[in-house]
Amino acid sequence: MSTAATSKAATPIPTDTLLRLYRQMVAIRLFEERVNDLYTRALMPGLAHLYIGEEAIAVGVCEGLRRDDYITSTHRGHGHCLAKGASPDLMFAELLGKEAGYCKGKGGSMHIADPSTGNLGANAIVGGSAGIATGAAFASKYLKQDRVAVCFFGEGALGQGLLYEELNLAQLWKLPVIFACENNGYNEYTHFSESTAGDVILRAQAFGIATETIDGQNVRDVHAAASKYIERARKGDGPAFLQFKTYRYHGHHVGDIARAYYRPKAEEQEWVTQRDPITLHGQWMMDNGIADRAQLDAIQQALIEEMDAAMQFAIDAPYPDPSKVDQDIYA
Amino acid sequence: MPELATAVRELSFGEAIKEAIAEEMRRDPTVVLMGEDVAEAGTTFKVLTGLVDEFGKDRIIDTPISEAGFTGIGVGAAMTGMRPIVDIMFGDFLMIIMDQVANQAAKIHYMSGGKWKVPLVIRATMGATRRSAAQHSQSLHAWPSHIPGLKVVVPSTPYDAKGLFKAAVREDNPVVIFEHKISYRKVKGPVPDEDYVIPLGVADVKRQGTDITLIALSSMVQVALGAAKMLEEVGISAEVVDPRTTWPLDEKTLVESVKKTSRCIVIDEGYFRYGVTGELASVIQEQAFFDLDGPVRRLGAMHVPIPFSPPLEDATVPTERQVFDLVRQMVNR
Repeated sequence: MSTAATSKAATPIPTDTLLRLYRQMVAIRLFEERVNDLYTRALMPGLAHLYIGEEAIAVGVCEGLRRDDYITSTHRGHGHCLAKGASPDLMFAELLGKEAGYCKGKGGSMHIADPSTGNLGANAIVGGSAGIATGAAFASKYLKQDRVAVCFFGEGALGQGLLYEELNLAQLWKLPVIFACENNGYNEYTHFSESTAGDVILRAQAFGIATETIDGQNVRDVHAAASKYIERARKGDGPAFLQFKTYRYHGHHVGDIARAYYRPKAEEQEWVTQRDPITLHGQWMMDNGIADRAQLDAIQQALIEEMDAAMQFAIDAPYPDPSKVDQDIYA
Repeated sequence: MPELATAVRELSFGEAIKEAIAEEMRRDPTVVLMGEDVAEAGTTFKVLTGLVDEFGKDRIIDTPISEAGFTGIGVGAAMTGMRPIVDIMFGDFLMIIMDQVANQAAKIHYMSGGKWKVPLVIRATMGATRRSAAQHSQSLHAWPSHIPGLKVVVPSTPYDAKGLFKAAVREDNPVVIFEHKISYRKVKGPVPDEDYVIPLGVADVKRQGTDITLIALSSMVQVALGAAKMLEEVGISAEVVDPRTTWPLDEKTLVESVKKTSRCIVIDEGYFRYGVTGELASVIQEQAFFDLDGPVRRLGAMHVPIPFSPPLEDATVPTERQVFDLVRQMVNR
């Protein structure tokens, strides 16, 4: 198996992993483009928060996880769920409120959960899953299971007190949990500099937690750093707080189209054209002889067919019968 | 209550709860208890004294003063193979953990289409007249009762406390159990030294009667029983029914009792307004309206922040005398 060095980490990433990272990012991009399409065609009830632009984080982190490791996700969570192994057809079905969806249509876009892939659930309370992830790490340690939990959250959650309680408890009890902060620069419609005092990373360092800031647009860097801290946590050496610098190409949600009042178009264009994680990784693989354009195009073409079929499955799937509304309240 | 063996011990309310926790922890190694000063200190009420000696600090876990933080850990651990008991020293602190309780624990099973379960027990205290003022005295069991996905237990006797607590630990759903803190030492009763559970959602007729039904919860069961004794002396026969859980609610037992007696007062230590008494009164009026001789009446905590000064605080909680007077007015005897 041929290997290639990452841009800065010493450990080479195997070729099949490099290709899988690419494939997974493209899959999320295509999934999210179809979500936007479903919204604009009025086929999707409610709203969705697109992960486009941030794909390298979910993909790079989850590539370092085992299937039985845990994640908690956010309102912007489709990428995390897919990267952890969710099936696009059942994801689309849930987004459309169909019986076949991951949560039988009861959760929707912001609450995809899937025990079979260790997905403890996306959470619509900003920062609300910090306790759940830390609790899963607590159980893993108590039950001697060597599972790791990753808590994905946006930089908007830095304003929530619960996060700091969990950082304290996780470090105090040396729990195998990774706090993965996806800093896309915007808390909804507000630049994070207007909401965030001091230095983000110093906040975590104050608890004595291992920290690192990583370029969230470089999937190899994400993967290398995340894997290092995941294995460290798995060995029992405690939690980590990773800040990934990234960008949300779309609005806060699919309906947030007129954005000029809170962020300049030129800024968006710069990230889209200069810092796209898929373009950058594809180019890097071509530059390093890992793959050629035809190979990358073939990956994309196969995924387009898969995603179109998955979306169509969801469109054709039936809604739940209204009589099921009061099922699943209690176990 | 089933037939009790001849040599049944008397335990206090607090001792019964400790025994329930100890028995469940012996039975199931995935049960842990976490909270503030629960280990060597045995909680601020000294209810858990000695448990850490048997189970160690890995299972009787002292936490920082960080209620939302460790409740969140309880939720996550419950989802992933454990049965945590989270100790909330004062029920007033429920507000601090309410997102974890009401938005997370309560909804995870439903939101996941029934895939994840949250077998979590949250034990909290309730009850005034301990001279602890407005932030350490409230009875807030109406709050979690309002939220679909939660079960809420309000035991009144040591026997019930043990059986209900054990049932709560074995539940696959989040359960909030409110322990009346004055009852810990004050209320004593027979408790079998054996394994038994009381299913959640089964009311108990604490005293048979024919003239009026007193539906009472937690501390108010003792108040209702005291009033019933006073009423007996003036020739009025009061039935006392304890729902024991606000949700699930044993509507049938409550309604049957009222259909028999034709009168009803609901007595609870929670705030009178928008609370448990209003809900239970509605259940009775919807299902027993044509059997009633008059409106269902309610007695609850006054709609004031619980005051500190003893004469002020004592005025906020329903008393035996108030129950007695209201019954006589309703029965007109």
